[in-house]
Amino acid sequence: MGHYVLRRVLQMIPVFLGATLLIFLMVYSLPGDPIAAMFGDKAADPATVANLRHQYYLDQPLWKQYLHYMNNIFHLDFGTSFTGRPVSEIMADAFPVTIRLALVAFFFEIVIGLPLGLIAGLKRGSVADTVVLLLTLVVISIPVFVLGYIAQTVFAINLGWVTATVQDSRDISQLILPGLVLASLSLAYVARLTRTSIGENLRADYMRTAVAKGLPRRTVIGRHLLRNSLIPVVTFLGTDLGALMGGAIVTEGIFNIAGVGNVLYKAINQKEGPTVVGIVTVLVLVYLVASLVVDLLYAVLDPRIRYA
Amino acid sequence: MPDLIEKNAPAQAVASAEPKPEKPRSLGLDAWHDLRKRPVFIISAALIVLLIAFAIAPSLFTSVDPRAGDLRLHYLTKPNYLHFFQADWFGYDGQGRSIYARMIYGARASVVVGICVTAGVTVLGGLAGMIAGYYGGWVDTIISRVTDMFFGIPLLLGALVVLNAFTTRTVWSVVFALVALGWTQMTRVMRGSVITVKQADYVTAARALGAGTARIMFKHILPNAIAPVIVVATIALGGYIATEATLSFLGIGLQDPTISWGIDINSAQKVIRTAPFALFFPAGMLSVTVLAFIMLGDAVRDALDPKLR
Repeated sequence: MGHYVLRRVLQMIPVFLGATLLIFLMVYSLPGDPIAAMFGDKAADPATVANLRHQYYLDQPLWKQYLHYMNNIFHLDFGTSFTGRPVSEIMADAFPVTIRLALVAFFFEIVIGLPLGLIAGLKRGSVADTVVLLLTLVVISIPVFVLGYIAQTVFAINLGWVTATVQDSRDISQLILPGLVLASLSLAYVARLTRTSIGENLRADYMRTAVAKGLPRRTVIGRHLLRNSLIPVVTFLGTDLGALMGGAIVTEGIFNIAGVGNVLYKAINQKEGPTVVGIVTVLVLVYLVASLVVDLLYAVLDPRIRYA
Repeated sequence: MPDLIEKNAPAQAVASAEPKPEKPRSLGLDAWHDLRKRPVFIISAALIVLLIAFAIAPSLFTSVDPRAGDLRLHYLTKPNYLHFFQADWFGYDGQGRSIYARMIYGARASVVVGICVTAGVTVLGGLAGMIAGYYGGWVDTIISRVTDMFFGIPLLLGALVVLNAFTTRTVWSVVFALVALGWTQMTRVMRGSVITVKQADYVTAARALGAGTARIMFKHILPNAIAPVIVVATIALGGYIATEATLSFLGIGLQDPTISWGIDINSAQKVIRTAPFALFFPAGMLSVTVLAFIMLGDAVRDALDPKLR
């Protein structure tokens, strides 16, 4: 186990460097001059421009810029955005908001997705099963931005149950609707995955044994069936938590939440290189750690899997 | 499988002296026979054929110019749901353009992006996955790590950054961005599939008979390893269409002379309270399209997976 973790962490290093290099190249080799943009329509003073270029390290070749950036990252310095605000400060503002939203969405995935999948899987071919299958199919095929507007119009504008946009992200009740919208797609996947997994395990030998031993239904389902069926679902949920962090661009835009997605979208549009690279670097880290944790969880949940 | 079945064919023909001997069928043909009987496949295939017809010849379905705006007819003129196939069937958008005509013409961008991205991703990613799975060793390590790198960057995010570089964006810039960032998905599927297939006895047999690398790869491994790739590609096609619409909706995908459901949904969002139909029809069309491809993928998976038969 220890060797496995070590090997995985070592493998993460080139992936981390590669992914950050990729996003760095994408952002900084793009046409457009952020320094010239700072001056707007006014003619720029060449000395000031040269000074700013030097300050942002833009007068160096691209590979040197990358090395400089990476060196700073290892000192936990994410640089300064072109507006003069430290990127770490921008992230400290945005990440808590997104983490709250992601946790609300994650909660819905588990609380709604799992039971739906359980009901459908246990009663295959029943009306409940068909309803769950159809509902999840519809949710999967409606794009999130359409779903977001429908939810906003119906629940906030027509029914007036919630506010249309989020005024204060610390108030969890305001995050319920955006959380549901953000969760919708993964929720449908969780339900379908649970259903398939339960359907497969229902026919397993250990299930027949458990029933034949005369165990109460509750124990058979809770202790034998669920434990075995949830392994792929946990894997999905683990990687999804990472995806929820960065995948909220659309949801955060619709509900006007000042989270990572919103900040990132604005930064991309304004060619705020340092902010984009900084946030994506953190997102890559979250993704790598999440996939490592999922693989380790796998071994804990399923003793048949052993990492040499 | 086709090779094995073909070799068994003469024996089978001799054994069954009935008037209609069962013709030997490859996995693909077998799946096709299975598919034709499934209602889900028939419905989704019909929808897709209709969609492709919209894309190829939109003028067959409407004679209205989708770009002609008449400001007297803006979205406050309510749609006339009894005027079938007329300009005002689904009403007008904010610039007085026929929503029905734009719905039909919008299919082209979606279909082109969906098909081209899927084709590009399948060829590029499939080839990389085949090489990684077949050669193994350090080649596999490098390709797998590169795949991991791309997986760390969400598709939508990466596409936003790449597309921001283009000042004028056409269908082809969107295709380029999605292929460049999305090919790794197919690499993983193909690699896994090739690794299981290459250990089969018929591959060893082919090698023993002196078949070259290219022949083993494309004649023996590819036909047997392609099934999971086809399934993932079909389902992903719907996803790419949704991604294009999302990018256009965010204002970083297609641009105005091109007609896209994403752009129309974005402009309808401003008038959602007074004219919900302006959002409903392009959004419905988009959802039905994605749904059709997901259902087709499901049906193809069931037909291609021998374990489910």
